[in-house]
Amino acid sequence: MEFVKPELEYAELLPLLIVLGGACVGVALEAFLPRGTRRLPQIGLSLVTVVAALVATVLVGLDLDEHTGADGAEGRGLVGAMGSVVVDGPTVYLWGLLLVFALGGIALFAEQRLEGGVSAFTGQAAALPGTESEREASTRGLEHTEVYPLLLFAVGGMLLFPASGDLLTMFVALEILSLPLYLLCGLARRRRLLSQEAAMKYFLLGAFASGFFLYGAALVYGYAGSVSFAGINEAVRAGSANHGLLLGGIGLLAVGLLFKVGAAPFQAWTPDVYQGAPTAVTAFMAAGTKVAAFGALLRLLYVAFGGERWSWQPMLWVIAIASMVLGAVLAIVQNDVKRMLAYSSVAHTGFILVGVLGVQGAGELAQGQYTSLEGVLFYLTTYGFAMIGAFAIVTLVRDAGGEATAYERWAGLGRTSPLVAGAFAFFLLSMAGIPLTAGFIGKWAVFTSALSAGAWPVVLVAIACSILAITFYVRHIRLMFFTEPSADGAGVVTRSSLLTSGTIAVCLVATLVMGVVPGPVLDLVTRTGDFIR
Amino acid sequence: MLSLLVWLPIAGAVAVALLPRTVSKTAGLGVALATLVVGVVVAASYDADGGRQLTEEHEWIEAFGVHYALGVDGLGLLLVLLTVLLVPLVLGAEWFKADAEGSAGARSFVAWTLALEGLSLAVFCATDVFLFYVVFEATLIPAYFLVGGFGRAGRGAAALKFLMFQLAGGLILLAAVIGLYVVSAQQGEPSYLLADLERLDIGTEAGRWLFFGFFIAFAIKAPLFPLHTWLADTTEKATPGTGVLLVCILDKIGTFGMMRFCLGIFPEASQWATPLVITLALISVVYGAFVAIGQDDIFRLIGLTSLSHFGLITLGVFTMTSQGGTGAILYMVNHGLGTAALFLVAGYLYDRSGTASIREMRGVEKVAPVLAGLLLVAGLATLGLPGLSPFVSEFLVFVAAFDYGWWVGAIAVTAVVLSAIYVLWMYQRTMTGPTPPEVEGTSDLGVREIAAVAPLMVALVFFGFYPAPLLDVSNPMVGDLMHQVGVEDDAPTVVHAEHEGEGAH
Repeated sequence: MEFVKPELEYAELLPLLIVLGGACVGVALEAFLPRGTRRLPQIGLSLVTVVAALVATVLVGLDLDEHTGADGAEGRGLVGAMGSVVVDGPTVYLWGLLLVFALGGIALFAEQRLEGGVSAFTGQAAALPGTESEREASTRGLEHTEVYPLLLFAVGGMLLFPASGDLLTMFVALEILSLPLYLLCGLARRRRLLSQEAAMKYFLLGAFASGFFLYGAALVYGYAGSVSFAGINEAVRAGSANHGLLLGGIGLLAVGLLFKVGAAPFQAWTPDVYQGAPTAVTAFMAAGTKVAAFGALLRLLYVAFGGERWSWQPMLWVIAIASMVLGAVLAIVQNDVKRMLAYSSVAHTGFILVGVLGVQGAGELAQGQYTSLEGVLFYLTTYGFAMIGAFAIVTLVRDAGGEATAYERWAGLGRTSPLVAGAFAFFLLSMAGIPLTAGFIGKWAVFTSALSAGAWPVVLVAIACSILAITFYVRHIRLMFFTEPSADGAGVVTRSSLLTSGTIAVCLVATLVMGVVPGPVLDLVTRTGDFIR
Repeated sequence: MLSLLVWLPIAGAVAVALLPRTVSKTAGLGVALATLVVGVVVAASYDADGGRQLTEEHEWIEAFGVHYALGVDGLGLLLVLLTVLLVPLVLGAEWFKADAEGSAGARSFVAWTLALEGLSLAVFCATDVFLFYVVFEATLIPAYFLVGGFGRAGRGAAALKFLMFQLAGGLILLAAVIGLYVVSAQQGEPSYLLADLERLDIGTEAGRWLFFGFFIAFAIKAPLFPLHTWLADTTEKATPGTGVLLVCILDKIGTFGMMRFCLGIFPEASQWATPLVITLALISVVYGAFVAIGQDDIFRLIGLTSLSHFGLITLGVFTMTSQGGTGAILYMVNHGLGTAALFLVAGYLYDRSGTASIREMRGVEKVAPVLAGLLLVAGLATLGLPGLSPFVSEFLVFVAAFDYGWWVGAIAVTAVVLSAIYVLWMYQRTMTGPTPPEVEGTSDLGVREIAAVAPLMVALVFFGFYPAPLLDVSNPMVGDLMHQVGVEDDAPTVVHAEHEGEGAH
C-alpha cells in the first residue's frame, strides 16, 4: 500500500489544534513550574486557549460559505484531514457551544472562595482517604492544577467527536473525551470515597461501552468495507448483502453512544457519577458530554445510516420512551439535588432523542419548517445552559460538611436567599419546559419535529413524562419557598467569587433570552444547514 | 395601545419588586389604577362592531411562524375590562392582609398580582396561538406564588395541586398546539396567527384530536367536572383576593379559550363534541351546586358555586346560538363581578370572625349590618335575582339551553333552585339568629373595605337594569363566531325566546 502524505486544512481545523495544543502546553507547565505557582498560569492558559479557539471557531464559521460539500449538494463546509474530520455547519455550531460551556467549566473549576481558599478538587489524589498524608495535603493547602489540562483534553475530544468523519476518528475522539473525565470525576475534595467510586464506575462502564462501539465499528466495516461515513452511506444506499451485519453494527455503535448520552437502559452510571464527581465537573460534563455525544450520534445516524432510517428509528422510539419514563419516574423518588438533576438529565436525553427520531427527508418538510437537526441543536443549547447554571448553584449551597445536596438542607432557602433560590427555580422551570424559559422553546422544537414525522405516540409519552417531570421540579420549588427550614440545620448560600456567580448570571440570562426572544439563536441554528457527507 | 395595556402592569410588577417595601402597596395600587385608565381608553377607542380591533403584529420567532400579535374583539374587551377593574379592588381589599404574619409580605403579593394582571391581559389580547399558549402557561407562575405564599395553613399543598393540574392541562394543550403547527405546515408556510388558523382546512380526524387537546386544557382551567378537584382546595387555602384573581380572572381563560379557540379554529369538531360537552356542563351545574350546599367552609362554598356557574357558561358557549354565546359572554363578566364581591365580602367576614366555618358563625347581621347587607346582595347576584346583572346572562343561557333541547334546559334550570339554597342557607346560618357574646364586638366595615366592593355592587345593579352596553359589545363578536362556526342563526336581538330548533344544528 502506498503511503500518502496527509494534507491538513490547518485553517479550518484551527479550533481543534488550539485546544489540543493548549492542553499539551498545560502538561508542560505542570512539569516545569513549581507547585505553588501553577494555578494562575494554568487558569490563564486554559482561558486563553478556549477563547482563542472560540475566536477561531467564529472565523471558521464565517468562512464556511466558501466551501461546499463534496458533491456540491446541500450543506456547506469541508471534509478535512483526509476525510476524517468534517467541518460543516452543525460542527461549527457545536464547537462554539462546547467552547462556551468549557469557559463555564473553567470558571467553576477555578472557584476558590467557596472552600475557603482552595479549589473543589482534592489536594493530593494519590493520598488514601482518611490517612495522614491526606490530612497533610489539605493542611498544606495543596491542590491539583492538572485539572485544567485534563479539562482541555476533554474539550478537545468533545470538539473532535461530532466532527469526526469516520468511525475510527470517532472512537479516538470518544476516548480522548472520556479518559480525562474519568479522572476528573475522582478528584473531589470532600466525600472522596463517593467520588472515587463514581470515577471507578464511570471508567468501568465507559470502557465497556467503548468496547461495544469498537465491535460495532468492526461489524459495519465488515458490511460496508469502509469506515468513513460517506463510504458507509454509499454502501447502505447500494444495499449490499449481509444486512444482519449492518443491523448488528448499528445496534452496537448506538450502545456506545447512547451510553455516553446517558439514555436508558444505559443510564445506570448517571446518578452515581453526577453525585460523586466534584460539582464543577458534573456541571461541565453534564452539558459538554451530552452536546458532543449527541452531535456524534446525529452525524452517525443521519450521515452514515441515513439510508437505513427505518431500521434505527424504531430502536430510538423504544429508547426515547424508556429514557423519559425512567428518568422522570426515578427522579421523583430522589432526595438529593444532584441525583435529582442526574435523573432529570436522563429524562432530557429522552426528550432530545424524541427530536433525533423526528428526522424527515428534505422533500417531506414544508417551506419554512425547520429540520429535526436544528431542533436538537437548539434543545442542546438550552439544556446545557440550564444544567451548568443549576449545578453551579448547587456548589453554592453548603453546610459544615461541604455542599449540602440533601433535600432537607434546601428547605426554606427561598426565604434566606431569595435570589439564589429564585435563580435555581428558574433553571428548574426551564428544564420543566415552562414558557418564557429557553427549555420551553427547546421542547417545543423537538416535539414538533417528531410530530411532523408522525411519531405521535412518542410525543404523547413525552408530554406525559413532562407532566411527571414537573412534579419533582415544582416540589423542589415548593421546598425552597414554602417549607420551613429543617430543625437540624439548613444549607446556607455561601458567597462565591465572580467566577461562579458570573457563570450563573450568564446561564440565567441565556436561559431567559432564549426563552423570550429565541429568534437570533434559532436563526443561527437554521443557518448552520445540514450535515455534509 | 394593547402593548401598553399588557406591559404596564408587568413593568409595574418589576418596579414594585425593586422598590423599597414601604411603598410597595401604594406603587402597586397606582400601577393598577393606571392600567385601569389604559383599559378604559382601550374601551373608548373600540368600535362596537365585529372583527378584531387595535391590532398589532410583529414577527417574533420566524422559524416557528410565531408572531407577537395582539387584538381585541368584544369578548376580549369585556374580559380585559373585568381584569383591570378587579385588580385594584383586590389590592384595596387586601391592603393590610398581605402583611400578615407568616405570609410572604406585601411586596411580593403586589408584585405577583401585577404580574398576573399583565399576563392575563396578554392572554385576552393574544391573537397568535403560540403567544396565547406562552402567556397562558406563564400566568401559572404568579398564581402559584400567590396561592403558595399567602393564605391559610396547608396552602403549600394546595398550590402544588393547583399547579400540577394546570400544568398537566397546559402540556396537553402544548401537544395540540404542536399538532396545529404540523397541520399548518402541511398546508404551506406554518403560521400561528389566529386569522391564518381560522382559515385552515383541518381534516376531520385531526381536528377532533386537536379539539380535545384544547378542550381538556380549558376544561381544567374553567373548571368542568370531572377536572375541577383543584378548585375548592385552592380557594379554601388562598386568600380571598387570590381567590378573586383565580376564579374571576384566570378561570375565565378556560371559557374564553373554548369560545375563541375551540369554536373558532375547530368549528366542525366543536359541533361534533357538543353532546359530550353539554353533558359535562350539566353535570358540573348540578353537581357543583349540590356539593356547594354541603360545604362548611365559606371559601370552598364559593369555589364550588363557581363550578356550577362555569357549567352554565360552557353550556351557553356550546349551544352554538347567538343567545347562548351572548349569554355566556355576559355570564363571564357578571360572574366575575358577583363572585368577586362574594369572595371579598366573605373575606371581610373571615377577618372578623377568624374562622371560615359557616357552622361557627351566626348573628353577625345585628352588629355588622353593612357587611351583612353586602353579603346578601352579592349572594343574591350569585343566585341570579332579577334586577342584578347575572340574571340577564343566566336567562339568556337558559333560553339557549331550552332551544337546544327541553331536557337540557330543564336540568340547567335546577341551578336556580339549588343556588337559592346554597346562598340563602349560607346567609341564614352566618348572619341571622341571636348574636352570641363573642360576636358582639364585631366591627362593621370600614370605608376602605366598602370602597373596594362598592364598584362591584354598582356594576351589578347597573348592568342588571341596563345590560345594553355589554350586549352591544358582545353581539357582533358572537355574530362573527357563529358565522365562523357556520351556524345559521341571525336572531337580531335576544328577546326572541322562541327560535324553535333553529340553533340546534
